[in-house]
Amino acid sequence: MTLTTIGLPAIVLLPFLGAALVAYLSKAHRLLSFWGAGFITLLAINVLFQLSHIPFNNEVLIQSWVWIESINLNFSFRLDGIGMLFAYIISGIGLLIVFYARYYLSSRDSMGRFYSYLLLFMGSMLGIVLSENILQIVFFWELTSLSSFLLISFWQYKKDGRDGAMMALVVTGAGGLALFASMLILGNMVGSYELSVVLQNRDIIVAHPLFTPMFILFILGVLTKSAQFPFHFWLPHAMAAPTPVSAYLHSATMVKAGIFLLARFFPVFSGTAEWMIIVTTVGVVTLLVGAFFAFFKDDLKALLAYSTVSHLGLITLLFGFSTPLAAQVAVFHIINHATFKAALFMIVGIVDHETKTRDLKKLGGLFSFMPHVATLSMICAASMAGIPPFNGFISKEMIMERAVVDGFSIVVPVLLTLAGGLAVGYSIRFVCDLFFGQKTDKLDVTPHEPVRAIKLPIDLLALGCVIVGLIPMLIVYPLLQAAVFGVLQTTPPEVHLSLWHGFNIPLLMSFLAVLMGIIMYWQKKRLFTLYDRYLSRIDARVPYNLLIESMFKVAKKIDCAIHKGRIHDSIYAFIISTFILGIFGFTIYGNGELFGAEELLGITIPSVIIVLMLFVTVLSVILLHRQRLISLVIIGVVGLIVSLIFFRFSAPDLALTQISVELVTIVLVLLALYYLPPFSPKESSKLKIASDAFLAIIGGIGAFVLAVAVMSREYNPISNFFIENSKSGGGGTNVVNVILVDFRALDTMGEIVVLGIAGIGIFAVLQGLRLHAPSFDARGFNWSKDSHPLIMKTITGLMLPIMLLVAVYIFLRGHNLPGGGFIAGLIAAVALIVQYLAGGIEWSSKRLNFDKHFLIGSGVLIAALTGVVSMILGYPFLTSAFTYLNWPIVGKFEVASAIAFDIGVFLVVVGATVMILVELGKVNMKSHKLSERE
Amino acid sequence: MEILIALCIAFLTSGGIFLILKSRTFSVILGLMMLSYAVNVFLFAMGRLHIDKPAILQKGVTEYADPLPQALVLTAIVISFGMTAFLIVLSLRARKELDSDHVDAEGLEKNRGEKS
Repeated sequence: MTLTTIGLPAIVLLPFLGAALVAYLSKAHRLLSFWGAGFITLLAINVLFQLSHIPFNNEVLIQSWVWIESINLNFSFRLDGIGMLFAYIISGIGLLIVFYARYYLSSRDSMGRFYSYLLLFMGSMLGIVLSENILQIVFFWELTSLSSFLLISFWQYKKDGRDGAMMALVVTGAGGLALFASMLILGNMVGSYELSVVLQNRDIIVAHPLFTPMFILFILGVLTKSAQFPFHFWLPHAMAAPTPVSAYLHSATMVKAGIFLLARFFPVFSGTAEWMIIVTTVGVVTLLVGAFFAFFKDDLKALLAYSTVSHLGLITLLFGFSTPLAAQVAVFHIINHATFKAALFMIVGIVDHETKTRDLKKLGGLFSFMPHVATLSMICAASMAGIPPFNGFISKEMIMERAVVDGFSIVVPVLLTLAGGLAVGYSIRFVCDLFFGQKTDKLDVTPHEPVRAIKLPIDLLALGCVIVGLIPMLIVYPLLQAAVFGVLQTTPPEVHLSLWHGFNIPLLMSFLAVLMGIIMYWQKKRLFTLYDRYLSRIDARVPYNLLIESMFKVAKKIDCAIHKGRIHDSIYAFIISTFILGIFGFTIYGNGELFGAEELLGITIPSVIIVLMLFVTVLSVILLHRQRLISLVIIGVVGLIVSLIFFRFSAPDLALTQISVELVTIVLVLLALYYLPPFSPKESSKLKIASDAFLAIIGGIGAFVLAVAVMSREYNPISNFFIENSKSGGGGTNVVNVILVDFRALDTMGEIVVLGIAGIGIFAVLQGLRLHAPSFDARGFNWSKDSHPLIMKTITGLMLPIMLLVAVYIFLRGHNLPGGGFIAGLIAAVALIVQYLAGGIEWSSKRLNFDKHFLIGSGVLIAALTGVVSMILGYPFLTSAFTYLNWPIVGKFEVASAIAFDIGVFLVVVGATVMILVELGKVNMKSHKLSERE
Repeated sequence: MEILIALCIAFLTSGGIFLILKSRTFSVILGLMMLSYAVNVFLFAMGRLHIDKPAILQKGVTEYADPLPQALVLTAIVISFGMTAFLIVLSLRARKELDSDHVDAEGLEKNRGEKS
């Protein structure tokens, strides 16, 4: 196995593994999680690097495995130029962020949790950019929404963090759903969910009648994720996140995911009317709105957030132009924006750290305190404003040129110049208001240069801004061309990247923009007065909250209309509608007779007696149900009759299971009954009783008719397969058990998981529960204080090994005779419960102190491992193998792997049952102590 | 014989429905237990009734009871046990938190604080 066969999934899955790893490592030492995260990221970069020659040769690497065949979902990855570029940005900036965060996080923050979330996000992001299957893209897309939720709300105690995270999740999650729908439609159009197929079928897709709705859904996903107008509002609120998160997610990676999809589907969608209209318009509006609000924000992070919104709008606009050259410039600007914006965010993080504030009103004149940081910010801000000689200038010049050539009218270049002016304005504001001007006296602390190490990532990024600006052809051109090849799927146009292109219109536009920016900064007091008077109250949260609240209101109304807080009504509605539907189904829509003509078995006298007994017991439970203890005893009898029925009709396994379950259940309910009132009050009116009885009788008639209908019809079961193959395929003669542990082992596996969850759920519900323990019984007598009978205690103690032996025996013979894991588990549980009854709760709780969670967990694990082993051997999951061994003395002995599975079942059953009883017992002890104190 | 089994299912169903319509947790639990019996027997009966033909393979025997519904019902019994146990514990917790063992919101308001 080499990198060219498994390299891509390795890049994507490494961070996921890493997430678990660092969470674990941080237990040992918090810094270990930092080293772990860094190492994992480096490893991913290394794999990526070794595969990079492929996209640089303008080839595409696809690695694919079938995942879920029936829905065309493949586990497939793709490495081409654009994917590689994004993967480098994600992992490269990710590495810097890992480094930065190590110094940023305070000792109170959980480093392991942070790095774990960060790697989770990194993996999801890499998954988006390296996926070949478009459903898989959606899968990872959703994962980025989830992991970004965790990251934004990392400081869980902060309300604005939680709110911002929620808002981001709602907006991007809604967009994710839209994207999912569009990908399903898209896949249906071309008959495949593989990207390579989609990219080659532009003609089919564009001509398809569903193209417009599909595209609108697609663009909703893109716009929400990339914070484009009118969905841009979540991004500034997401700034409540720790700054490394903002630097990573909200400048370089997650918000670019939408842009990435624009690039990814550029060959298919671009140039259509829908694309040009929507993408261009949204791009221009976002560009202006973002730049405008950025200028007026006092919070440094909000300023950068709006600036990011604006730059993303710019990139969107470029893709909207739909020409190859515009796409090329867009990709170039993606690179540049990631460099300077991540650096600027990190700088804000440092300022925040040193001054304890991000408010520009309180800050100023920091240059003398931190000259190094100030220099770095000047470089990056200049790049952001598009000032030579930095990389931002080159891409801005090219963008201006594209706007002049490809823009649809003179309006676009004019608006672009305007936005450029705003960008210069807010960049100047960022630098001047922060580092120059009057030294601030509003700070509680004296700021100073931060430690050397935290500046290192910013140094690197700023260096990137400079050298890309100075020698772009050398540094970035090959990467750019490879990426653009990935976008266009053809050879990209040749361009020359340089700072100087002679005197031309773009230069003039740049000049005007700089001029405008300077004037704006000069006149900022006047502008701010205007802004405060008219615009400062605009808050996207108001309509958003209104929307969310009204949705809650509607949901509540519907809920209140249906659900009136009375279970009684719901049950009525359920049973009556079932009954009506049944009548409809059999009379109007049914064809043929309700009852079949199969010969019935003859009725025997003992059977009639049994049925009469059942009738009497059920009736007694109903009549006596208010006397709880008595009705409980009688319902035990009902259970025994049911097990008799099973036994009579050739189901020994069922009879055994029923008897043991009955015992355990009754003991359990008895224990619980101690804390419940001994009698139910008489509170039903005669009318209610009559209508309840009527409903019950209707239900009974329905069940009767249905049962007779089925049993009188032709009998043509599929079980002959199981009977024929039980011995030869499963190695056992007890077909029921072979079905459980072999043929349908997956079902059984699910069921033991459910049982385990029930056990753990009960554990959780009973945690810390103290109940009022009554000191009198139902008739007002004191509870007996007698110690537990010695003879019973002694005898049950002696019996325990024998009972356990019976359990083992039942377990071992289960494959061939009635028995097996379930029954043996229950018998073992009964053996332990008997100790409970004989020795009392306190006595036996002390002795049953083995780890029940561990038992349940290992049971499920053993069962699953049995399945995995058969997978490793090349058979489907949970196929059992068996062989015969010749043992001396014992003779021929069968060994089936299913027995391991059955051990898992056994452990879960014992673990869950004992857990339930012991936990109830613990409640009892606590409650008694409580009562005694009273 | 089929009629008799259908009658058993009918009794259990009726009893179960009647009890889950009661307004106290304990009766509802009893009702659900009874409904599980009904459902289990019903499922079991889908394999038809066979006397003295347990699905244990033996030489020379060709007719067996249908093992598939049996396997289904076996796990169903265990699962209904898990469910019952969970409900019981839930009813205990609810009694503690809500100070009543009534199942409805209205009833809770009426009966809050009652000691029995």
